[in-house]
Amino acid sequence: MATLLSRKPPIRARIRLWRSPMGLIALSMLASLVVLAIIGPIVWGPEAKDADPSAVFQEPSSEHWLGTDNLGRDLFARVLAATRFSIVLAVLATLLGATTGILLGSVTAVVGPRLRRWIGALINLMLAFPGLLVAIFFSVIFGGGSRSVVLALAIAYLPSFARITQTLASGVAGSDYVAAAEVLGIRRHKILVRHILPNIAEPLLLSVTTTAGTTLVGLSGLSFLGLGVTTPDYDWGLLLNQGLDRIYVTPGASLAPGIAILFASLAFQLFGEVWAGQARRGARTAPATDRPRKSQPQAMTSPDDDQPVLQVENLTVSIPTTLGMGTPVRDVTLTVRRGEIVGIVGESGSGKSLTALAIAGIPPESAQVSYNKLRFRGVDTGALSRRARQRFLATGMAVVFQNPASALNPSLCIGTQLTEVTRLHNGTPRAEAIKQAQQALTQVALPTDRRLLRSRPFQLSGGMRQRVMIAMGLIHQPKLIIADEPTTALDVTVQRQILDMLRGIRDDTNAAIVLISHDIAVVSQACDRVLVMYGGTIVEDLPADQLNRAATHPYTRALLESVLGMDVDRKQPLRTIEGSPPDPFVMSEGCRFAPRCGNRQTLCDETRPLLSNSGAAHELACWYPVEEQVNR
Amino acid sequence: MSSLAVENVTVRFRSRSGTVTAVDRVSFEIADGQAVGLVGESGSGKSTLARAIVGLAPIHGGRIEVDGQDVTHRSGAMRRRLGKQVQIIFQDPDTALDPRMTVRQSLLEGATAFVRLDRAAREAKVVELLGLVGLDDGLASVYPRELSGGQRQRIAIARALAVDPGMLIADEITSALDVSVQGAVLNVIQQLRARLGLSMLFIGHNLAAVRYVSDVIAVMYLGQIVEVAPTDQLLNDPQHPYTRALLESIPRLGQDVRGQDRWLAAEQADPTQSPAGCRFHLRCPVGPSSHADRTICCTADPAADAADRDHRAACHFAGTTV
Repeated sequence: MATLLSRKPPIRARIRLWRSPMGLIALSMLASLVVLAIIGPIVWGPEAKDADPSAVFQEPSSEHWLGTDNLGRDLFARVLAATRFSIVLAVLATLLGATTGILLGSVTAVVGPRLRRWIGALINLMLAFPGLLVAIFFSVIFGGGSRSVVLALAIAYLPSFARITQTLASGVAGSDYVAAAEVLGIRRHKILVRHILPNIAEPLLLSVTTTAGTTLVGLSGLSFLGLGVTTPDYDWGLLLNQGLDRIYVTPGASLAPGIAILFASLAFQLFGEVWAGQARRGARTAPATDRPRKSQPQAMTSPDDDQPVLQVENLTVSIPTTLGMGTPVRDVTLTVRRGEIVGIVGESGSGKSLTALAIAGIPPESAQVSYNKLRFRGVDTGALSRRARQRFLATGMAVVFQNPASALNPSLCIGTQLTEVTRLHNGTPRAEAIKQAQQALTQVALPTDRRLLRSRPFQLSGGMRQRVMIAMGLIHQPKLIIADEPTTALDVTVQRQILDMLRGIRDDTNAAIVLISHDIAVVSQACDRVLVMYGGTIVEDLPADQLNRAATHPYTRALLESVLGMDVDRKQPLRTIEGSPPDPFVMSEGCRFAPRCGNRQTLCDETRPLLSNSGAAHELACWYPVEEQVNR
Repeated sequence: MSSLAVENVTVRFRSRSGTVTAVDRVSFEIADGQAVGLVGESGSGKSTLARAIVGLAPIHGGRIEVDGQDVTHRSGAMRRRLGKQVQIIFQDPDTALDPRMTVRQSLLEGATAFVRLDRAAREAKVVELLGLVGLDDGLASVYPRELSGGQRQRIAIARALAVDPGMLIADEITSALDVSVQGAVLNVIQQLRARLGLSMLFIGHNLAAVRYVSDVIAVMYLGQIVEVAPTDQLLNDPQHPYTRALLESIPRLGQDVRGQDRWLAAEQADPTQSPAGCRFHLRCPVGPSSHADRTICCTADPAADAADRDHRAACHFAGTTV
């Protein structure tokens, strides 16, 4: 799954604001503002300037919708005509503040540590003062007027831009490609422009947009207080000020500019929010999985543990993407018996992880799963209600993922994470839950003292985190443990410990284990039976101890030959599998491995071989298998 | 070709729980055209050492020489010059390349770092670099996300080669890749060494991969090099108990391993709290936990007189198996 979904993640999420109703609203609000700003002064400008001594302080009428001011000018025209000035000033102030702030913040990513600390301290210091107060202060110092208010606002909003840029840039600066550029001898300003700024541009643009709305409110506030725009210029803030005297007589005179300010700032903020929301959604490659929810115990088909733990027939998983419908898992059929350790081995993209996720009832959000039969402990999980299924799977099955660092919540201590599930699911009292957690920790050979329970994931080594993950799964005394590349991120010595431990757990509890790995050596060592997956299907199924001798599928043999042993000839190139794995979007009639296969014949391109019996406990999907290795 | 000499190099980091000595008085050398492998578990400091050599980590003691020239403390100009001699490739192919640059842009960034190239020369350089790592010219205009992990890693190698360095540091370059893809990347590395005469520091925790590439292997544990020897000698006759343990835990096809892990009882070492004496003594199968009389392990650091022992092994009982 990981590969299919993450190989081609949309870098710049395709943003279609108009697709959602909220986006449509934000977009049309912003568009109407832009139109008003352009045509406002042209259409209503003359009328707004046109003083008429005979019509001062008029109340609203059909001729003057909002009445007139002290010089007899039409207030409605003035509000509309002020759009351009208000918005231009706000945008100018935002851009000025953003540019200097972003510059200051991004410089921290490429300067030495000492200067970085100083700039960081400066930004902190500036952030300590409330923005509006700073704006008022500088506006007074600069002496009022449009120019000084723009400068004052720019200074007020600069620190927050500097801070957000600093944070974003430090993330990019820590990445390997920036380190590589540094080692290549690329000059610092070029690293900044080439690598850092483009990679933080999107969130920065979002924050500029939202800040423009805030700046507009700030600007109007200053003008309202008489610290901003001064006559003969006018903006909404000034109009608000002038209208306030007569709020009881002609409320429209003050309400209209107020509404205009609200509308415009809402337009900016809403646009920013919707944009940010869409960008987030687009950037998310791995869909969130459903957490098992608490549900009332209800009658369900009772599990029958005399049956195989897991029976799967013709499991197919399809994922719709922009490129069309991909089918990364096709017609997978497998059975796992009690106490059996079954390995699934294959390259990335072979569909092994996705198969496991589909079995565990946590396929990616968009995936479509179909099967003829999917029975866990004899129960057809498809026949259960959604909640019942989740509960049934959550309490009988444990899933261990490759990366324990991301599967644990970094901010919660281990004890809480270990007890949370039982307390939530079964309402187990705290003391009891802790006892269960300690028991599980013993099973994974971890200390059960308070120090471990109180520590947070980052304080543990990778191996310990993986043990905690396994312990978490063991609390429910699962009948099946699905371990998806549980040792790939770990050192060889730790890998050995974890694999031995899994076997130990099987021996003690008789739980079945499905172990997924790309490393056929690991699988052959730890498992009883090995399933080899290629292009979304199982191509061979045989006992692990016969793997080296009896495997006859050309792909399995190629995998075995590409194992990098301690005895390969260092003078010879290593054996590799030529070609690349099949594209899940391209469906072929024939064998999926045919394009890379040495035994390929015409039949292979025409008809897909199905998994069928090929000797005792050996199943094979191949028309022209390799001969058995007799002398091994 | 370049040579490297590292002498008593120490790298420390300040962290909340105190100062961590990630690399502790490490010495080794790489001759012209030689490949040295560095193995050890995560947290042993091998990546930090690599980063210190190319100037990405601060050095608190000791001396680093490249081609006989002291580069321990480097100015901006020296940093640029050093880039032409030593290049590094990182572990994670997903973050190695700027996601917003095409392969061509990434390669040319390196190629034009020191020399100006006209349009034709640039194109020729891109084709040449892609050819060196066995990739098709057609990949020049694609973005990293369209490449597989193995391809990305080969592009990262090509980018490092763009400045014609004499030495490559490969920091766990195969550990994020599928077994079937690792072989292809290792083949590329071997071809490059043969063709360009590159010197190499090959870092990894997969001993089989390190063995395939390296002439000499150094084993690192908790910031120190505990054993160094030519590859075959080290593998056939390991002197340090940690090296032996590493060798034992390699997964082998079809081998049943239950009940062999007598030494693996203790958890991985914590780099923030190095024990006194020998750093390995808490986990050591031949140390004080099994031989009560070997108290010297708890008090004296065996690294001090390592130079006098076989394989420069940092063990008071080097070569003892029981």
